[in-house]
Amino acid sequence: MTTNTLRSLSGSLSRAGTTATKTRISVSVRRRNATTATQTNPAASVEPPPAGGHLPSIAQSTFLKQTRDQALKTVGIKWADTELDEARGHQSSALGSGRETRKMNTYQAIRDALSIALATDDSAIVFGEDVAFGGVFRCTLGLAEEYGRERVFNTPLTEQGVVGFGIGYASMGMDGRTGKGGTAIAEIQFADYIWPAFDQLMNEASKFRYRSGGNFDVGGLTVRCPTMAVGHGGLYHSQSPEGFFLGMSGIKVVIPRSPLQAKGLLLASIRDPNPVVFMEPKVLYRSAVEQVPTSDYVLPLSSAETLVSGSDLTVVTYGTSVYRCEQAMHLLNNPPEKGAVGSNIRDAVKDWANHPAIKSNGKGKSPSIELIDLRTILPYDLPSVLQSVQRTGRLLVVHEGPVTGGVGMQLAGEIGKRAFLNLDAPVKVVGGWDTPGVALQYEKFYIPDEIRILDAMLEVLAY
Amino acid sequence: MFRRASRSLRTPFLHPRASFATRALGRLPNSQSPIVSQPHFFNSVTGSNEQIPAFRLLDGTGVPIEGADLPEIDEAFARKLYENMQLLPNLDNILYNVQRQGKISFYMTAYGEEATIVGSAAALEDNDEVLGQYREMGVLLWRGFGLDNVMAQCFGNHEDTSGKGRQMPVHFGSPKHHFHTISSPLATQIPQAAGVAYALRRTPDRSNSVAACFFGEGAASEGDFHAGLLLASTIPSPVVFIARNNGFAISTPSSEQYYGDGIASRGPGYGIDTIRVDGNDVLAVLTAVREARARSLDQGRAVLVECMSYRVGHHSTSDDSFAYRARSEVDDRKRIDNPLVRFRLYMESRGWWNAEAEEELKSRLKADVLKAFKHAETQSRCELSELFTDIYGGEEPWNIKEQREDLARLLKKYGEDWEPWRVELQKFKNKGQELSTK
Ligand SMILES: Cc1ncc(C[n+]2csc(CCOP(=O)(O)OP(=O)(O)O)c2C)c(N)n1
Ligand SMILES: [Mg+2]
Repeated sequence: MTTNTLRSLSGSLSRAGTTATKTRISVSVRRRNATTATQTNPAASVEPPPAGGHLPSIAQSTFLKQTRDQALKTVGIKWADTELDEARGHQSSALGSGRETRKMNTYQAIRDALSIALATDDSAIVFGEDVAFGGVFRCTLGLAEEYGRERVFNTPLTEQGVVGFGIGYASMGMDGRTGKGGTAIAEIQFADYIWPAFDQLMNEASKFRYRSGGNFDVGGLTVRCPTMAVGHGGLYHSQSPEGFFLGMSGIKVVIPRSPLQAKGLLLASIRDPNPVVFMEPKVLYRSAVEQVPTSDYVLPLSSAETLVSGSDLTVVTYGTSVYRCEQAMHLLNNPPEKGAVGSNIRDAVKDWANHPAIKSNGKGKSPSIELIDLRTILPYDLPSVLQSVQRTGRLLVVHEGPVTGGVGMQLAGEIGKRAFLNLDAPVKVVGGWDTPGVALQYEKFYIPDEIRILDAMLEVLAY
Repeated sequence: MFRRASRSLRTPFLHPRASFATRALGRLPNSQSPIVSQPHFFNSVTGSNEQIPAFRLLDGTGVPIEGADLPEIDEAFARKLYENMQLLPNLDNILYNVQRQGKISFYMTAYGEEATIVGSAAALEDNDEVLGQYREMGVLLWRGFGLDNVMAQCFGNHEDTSGKGRQMPVHFGSPKHHFHTISSPLATQIPQAAGVAYALRRTPDRSNSVAACFFGEGAASEGDFHAGLLLASTIPSPVVFIARNNGFAISTPSSEQYYGDGIASRGPGYGIDTIRVDGNDVLAVLTAVREARARSLDQGRAVLVECMSYRVGHHSTSDDSFAYRARSEVDDRKRIDNPLVRFRLYMESRGWWNAEAEEELKSRLKADVLKAFKHAETQSRCELSELFTDIYGGEEPWNIKEQREDLARLLKKYGEDWEPWRVELQKFKNKGQELSTK
């Protein structure tokens, strides 16, 4: 539901809220007494959790572009119209300086990307369960009205059907050509429900090009799905299944961290010559807000981004965890005066500073962390990670999905193999525990939060 | 192996449908299909342009329709039906609002489907195995699950006998009540029901039980629906499939869910006896499911019942249905086709109910619900160590042990000092002590 409807719903219902004694009054009576109830009961104004969850700390992140200028200078941004200009032999308008930006949250940025995809490509279609009215997370709001029900439509409730349909469409060009060309943008309502479509992805989409000797491909297929935890999703609305896709060569897997990133990476995924599974961290739909360029642009796939440069520890992460790593770094750099957190930080930093290798190169007294957003999970940007670890000698990988079979262990294996002699500490992975899913009431102790990330940073630094 | 094999595994040559149209041109050798000389396309299971009929006994005002044979029920049973139906909205009202206050994380109401759910529950035996979707709490309540268990599950507290607070609200389960644990992924229970029923028929003590499998018309679009019906008919298994066709799957109206004649039209495609019933007529549902159950047991095969109803509430607390349907549409349905009112009027006509009884019932139910709510609200969660239990049976693997110990180490180190954890730990029974002091 939209923020407005959510607010109004929660507003009207919390006004009808209860006090210990008033609970005995019937609901209809309480509704009539709405205003009095508010005044007498402060607890009634507690908001129900929004469907997509909320992470207030994200609002303060320095990674979100607060100004137009910052947004236009985004690293690696490629404006679509510059290619056209160059082809026409015009002076390139590559410099972003004249462009507009608008404040958007992540679902608005995704919607913006979808709208551009529909406007710039006649073959593009957007479909999935509940897509026509705007989608359960509002990412397709108004698109059916704008582009028509032939191009933006509901499907019956079948994920294998949705992806299979997308594969078929993407194997046909608009000119009736058999083999490739259509742009199919499918939505799976939650990543947790992608499994009925796993067969279509694993055995069909990923092998389409390979099995036909290049005659057929479904590069026009993009499968979007909300992923990761929100605080109240329980076993089936919280999972991070990207690890299961690691062995799916032929498919790309992309996970953005913010509105601006989501728009550019989604447009790149839609236009990439390969099928892409695009996983959207759902807590960011509302919580992450930044200035997003309004024009058509892409950001590079299979290219990690260094968000903070540092020399002593490489932290690799993606999606929601980016912000938790940022907070952990903030704690590390500003240890609380009192208490266990502060003293643990000071002890670990001392141990680190006394390490012979650190002492000898006179690096100073406090460790500096390099933070990398992996962005593309498959095929991932190993060169960037490797290059960083070769400098820092230490690697920590953070994600929400379980450790076993996850992205962290994949990176740990590759880095251990290639940078063995550069490493000053074993590679550490902080992820979800290997429980079968994210248990509802236990979530705060399942998801790696800033304190768990901080502890892991300290452990790797003080090794 | 098949106790009822003599009936259910009879050879295709004796199949009843094989005999309806013997023609002079003979039959295909391996399908018994009569041969015709003109191309004949068909797209109907009724053999005419008529849609599949819907079985009804009481009209909207509770008056038996012409030709109706009402099931024989006495006053006590009628009251039990009505009280169970009334319990649902009373419980829904409170829990919906409790969610709005942020006290539980989620909720789903059954507004409008009371007759479908309670009528089915009443037609089943209490030890028939139920595999539900999520809107069938009324079946559990009919079987005596109790309000405290409902509340404990929705609050996810240490009294949650359904799943130790691991699942979202309304994901109930109880072996004692023969109710298999609800899981959010849609339609997964449908092929499972075939397996459950197959197990029943292989168990001598359970030869009088069926599996009852509930699902929405939306879920019936999943591949698992087709797999489930196919298996239950081909590997003959006594399943009563109960489709709740309430017109919506979240925002998607049933008109965009299927092009054919509802869910019922699919039954004959799998060789399954099928009926469509007015899901807002509790006596019709009761009669249809009773008959379905009897057939299922008798033939050892699946039977399909499609209950036509209307989802009066929002899909869930995460949904605002007025974004995709008119408020007036909902109000009209509530007024014109209300399953509770319909049965109440019938009861009144029999002299079994009156305004006084109605008042008494509503205030009693409300008081019961509030009592259970107040108790549940103050209970702590399970012990935090339950995060790591029930993963494997038998020996605990090294990784689970190591991760449990890692969390224990972290709690020892930061549990007191790190505010978000300190606050969260208070919510658990033992406050995480059993982990951190080990
Ligand atoms: C495999 C799967 N896909 C999608 C969902 C999300 N989802 C939850 S309920 C629902 C609609 C179900 O509609 P229906 O089966 O008609 O049941 P109703 O809610 O109307 O009772 C959807 C799409 C899910 N839970 N599981
Ligand atoms: Mg439905």
